[in-house]
Amino acid sequence: MSETVTHESPDRVTQPPGDVIDLGKLEKSLRRPRTAFNFVMSGLTSLMTIMALVPLFSVVLMLLVRGGKRLSLSVFSELPPTAFEQGGGFGNAVVGTLVMVGLAALISVPFGVLGAVFLAEVGPKTRLAKVVRMCAKVLSGFPSILAGVFAYGAVVLITGGFSAVAGGIALSILMLPTIMLTAEEAISMVPSKMREAAVGMGATQAQTVWMVLLPTAFPGLLTGVMLAVARAAGETAPLLFTALFSNYWLTSGGRIDFMQPMASLAVLIYNFSAMPFDNQVELAWAAALVLVLLVLMVNLIGQSLSRKTME
Amino acid sequence: MSAVSESNVGTAASIARAPTFIEKYGNIVFRWATYLFAWLTVFLVLYIVYTITKQALPAISKHGWGFITGTTWDPNTRVYGVLPEIWGTMYSSLLALFIGSLFGLAVAIFLSEHYLAAFVFSLLKAVGLQFHPVWGKLPDQLERLFKNLIELLAAIPSVVYGLWGIFFIIPLIRPFCLAWHAKLGWIPIFGTTLSGPGMLPAAIVLSIMIMPTISAISLNALLAVPPKLREAAYGLGATRWESILAILLPTASKGIFGAIILAFGRALGETMALAMLVGNSNVISWSLFSPANTLAALLANNFAEAGPREIGVLMFAALILLGITVLVNMAGAFVLHRASVGQEGVR
Amino acid sequence: MIIKKMLCFSLISLVLGFGLFCSTADAAEDFVKLIGAGASFPAPLYNKWFKDYHGLHPNVQVDYQSVGSGSGIKNCINKTVDFAASDAGMKPEERAQCDGGVQLLPMTAGAIVLSYNLGGVPELKLPREAYAGIFLGKVTKWNDPLIAKANPEVKLPDSAINVVVRADSSGTTFVFSQHLAAISPEFARSPGVNTMPNWAVGTRSKGNEGITASLRTTPGSIGYVEYGYAKAQRLAIAALENKAGKFVKASMPSFQASLAAVEMPEDLMAWLPDPPGDDSYPIVTYTWLLCYKRYDDANKLKALKGVIEYGLTEGQKSSEQLGYIPLPAPVVAKVKDALNNIQGK
Repeated sequence: MSETVTHESPDRVTQPPGDVIDLGKLEKSLRRPRTAFNFVMSGLTSLMTIMALVPLFSVVLMLLVRGGKRLSLSVFSELPPTAFEQGGGFGNAVVGTLVMVGLAALISVPFGVLGAVFLAEVGPKTRLAKVVRMCAKVLSGFPSILAGVFAYGAVVLITGGFSAVAGGIALSILMLPTIMLTAEEAISMVPSKMREAAVGMGATQAQTVWMVLLPTAFPGLLTGVMLAVARAAGETAPLLFTALFSNYWLTSGGRIDFMQPMASLAVLIYNFSAMPFDNQVELAWAAALVLVLLVLMVNLIGQSLSRKTME
Repeated sequence: MSAVSESNVGTAASIARAPTFIEKYGNIVFRWATYLFAWLTVFLVLYIVYTITKQALPAISKHGWGFITGTTWDPNTRVYGVLPEIWGTMYSSLLALFIGSLFGLAVAIFLSEHYLAAFVFSLLKAVGLQFHPVWGKLPDQLERLFKNLIELLAAIPSVVYGLWGIFFIIPLIRPFCLAWHAKLGWIPIFGTTLSGPGMLPAAIVLSIMIMPTISAISLNALLAVPPKLREAAYGLGATRWESILAILLPTASKGIFGAIILAFGRALGETMALAMLVGNSNVISWSLFSPANTLAALLANNFAEAGPREIGVLMFAALILLGITVLVNMAGAFVLHRASVGQEGVR
Repeated sequence: MIIKKMLCFSLISLVLGFGLFCSTADAAEDFVKLIGAGASFPAPLYNKWFKDYHGLHPNVQVDYQSVGSGSGIKNCINKTVDFAASDAGMKPEERAQCDGGVQLLPMTAGAIVLSYNLGGVPELKLPREAYAGIFLGKVTKWNDPLIAKANPEVKLPDSAINVVVRADSSGTTFVFSQHLAAISPEFARSPGVNTMPNWAVGTRSKGNEGITASLRTTPGSIGYVEYGYAKAQRLAIAALENKAGKFVKASMPSFQASLAAVEMPEDLMAWLPDPPGDDSYPIVTYTWLLCYKRYDDANKLKALKGVIEYGLTEGQKSSEQLGYIPLPAPVVAKVKDALNNIQGK
């Protein structure tokens, strides 16, 4: 007989097939079609999952091998090298990516979450909600280059020059649909009895959202934000039209300036991978590795924040 | 999920009493804010469409429908047609969506059913360590690591995927493609040889790029299914997979479908990786191995050097891409509406 | 939980507020930042000049980003950059759109070479009809009589020529197609001269680096790349037949002979689709810097003139190493004169 069923996963203590067992005496027999089907499907799923891991390992391996060669502390403290120069790094690009993605997140997260609250809570069945949902989905299919073109027309031409702010705005356009749609799903998946309990206790809608819904939906929100951040950090085309690139540090002439072109890891990879000089190409790979590690770190920080709120 | 803690007790107190002046007006401001951002989203999309249409007007008036049905792209004679690109976009996105959803869903089910945790737990049990204070946490930690690894795929920049496709995928599949073309060349999808970049490498890499989206969001949807549904199924005697197929997937279907639509949008708009892998050649072919072109790759390759006349044509192509996205989403919404008609009141 | 969220939020806004505050603080007296964008062809050379100049004059920061000649021209017209760069000069109607006027300054020149991947054939001579025919799709095999008669000592294989062309529109393609149109009337008709011609034949790869990768991995392939690229990646380069009927290898002396053979006109827009002369290499091009004729900021004007003069004198010394052609002395003199056309307020 199977042992006590635990709360998380009923099948956790199932006996694996292949042990010496008396098939006739057991309740669960592979000779029965339903059990066989179960076994085959489980095996298929596990196989497909392992297959899904293969490209991941392959890409990460390629990044580690080609990029790991050049990874060192000097890469973070030095500026991009020119043609036949040895050494060099991309410290300014790391700072630039952090700044611009941070700016984009600052714009798109409140925008997306508040819009999602509207879609899921304030007006879920209104016609406006249907239109907004359609607009968000259309925006999610937006090629990244168009976000750059749009931000060029909307920000660069108006302010008269390329700037990090324009880059942040272009990236936020790309992040917005993912955040909004995922947040909407997350909020609408909160069991309605929690919502009803809050209302029953006398909460205003704002209180329900802030104190009950958002904290409960936080893991789902975080997934959306992380996916969006991961995408924005790696996008090149929007930045080519808005923030260009810079070979110098953020502080120019003694002050921090967000209205000037700014370096970013994505544009650095784009530039350097197209050059015929080995030093540059190696740095491009190292930059790709740093980018992936950066996003992983942000992901882990977000998850530890999420776990602390759950405890 | 609803554990009682100090902050929750404080929350309960502040909810239970009558709202203060600030809370009352804060509520109104909050509702206004959500309306504002909802409207802003609509305005943003409309403004973007307006900007693109304005730039595309000269091309629309000059080329009209011939643009959508034409198959040559010749800047010299000013003959432009994007039918091959529309074909390439739909073919690559649908193929990638099919492969990506299959694998993404498999990963999501794998994680939500805790196969990995069960396996590691049984390993620990064999060694007798399953209740150890440190080792006992291993199953959960490995699952979290696995989830992070899959999400890591989303963090890899598009350019790196393109390079990986060129250096790894194309040489890998080349012998298989040549063999299939040699033996099964009469089947249309194996009709041509693989000369390098082409539809299949592009679709494979694209499916890997959209898989994390599908698996992460589907996983959330599957985990949000109330445990009592699953337990009720087991209580009635269903096997694990019977409960997955008959109870869990239908309940989570809205979230999973949302994930698929989001991934489809991403696939339609993917620029850099496809520009490097799809072969950029204006042919319409069923063959998986022939080079093709997509609307986004066309934009990426031609935008930088485009003169004022060509910009109009490229913006027209962008408008067509937006149109395809709208059509796809409308179709998706229709399917969802029909499918979820009987789903109300599940929770 | 809410307190934590509010703390994070206030921390982020503090940092950003500090940043914005700093951006309004006073800067160093003569600090100048110049921003340029344009062609990707001269980008490595320009970046080297600007970095070296910054080393000599730490108060001047010049940034250049390759976005393509077309985008560079657009940015010049929109006045979103301080200067632009283009491989294809600037058409009269584009110049008219720039109010205040533009001054074109040729800063360097480069060559386009035909690289090939043919095992066992270290040196290849290609007559005009042969390479024009290859890119028209007329010459399809390596042992075609047109190629064979120019290479009597070489054993050419009976295999197909795999042509590789650019997938993205580029100034390199424009110059190459211009040359092909000059030597072959059939090419001029179709596909014609363009940054992205409708090639009759060839697999497409993105960028010089894409063509290089394709050449390396496809046996029997031939494609066109910038000389700097072929030199740095050590690709096999074919010797081409020039206007005088001689086969010329791709080398600095032959490039310089081409530049010397064509007189630089007054408006500094010299095209060399088919240079005369026994030693001239057939496919070379100048590349131009596009500057406004008027700069309101006196510091920017001074810095810009300083950088350009540096590029014309000291900078030319690094050209050869990177694969660019040093400007002939008469051209340098003409460009320095033209610098006087750029005025302040």
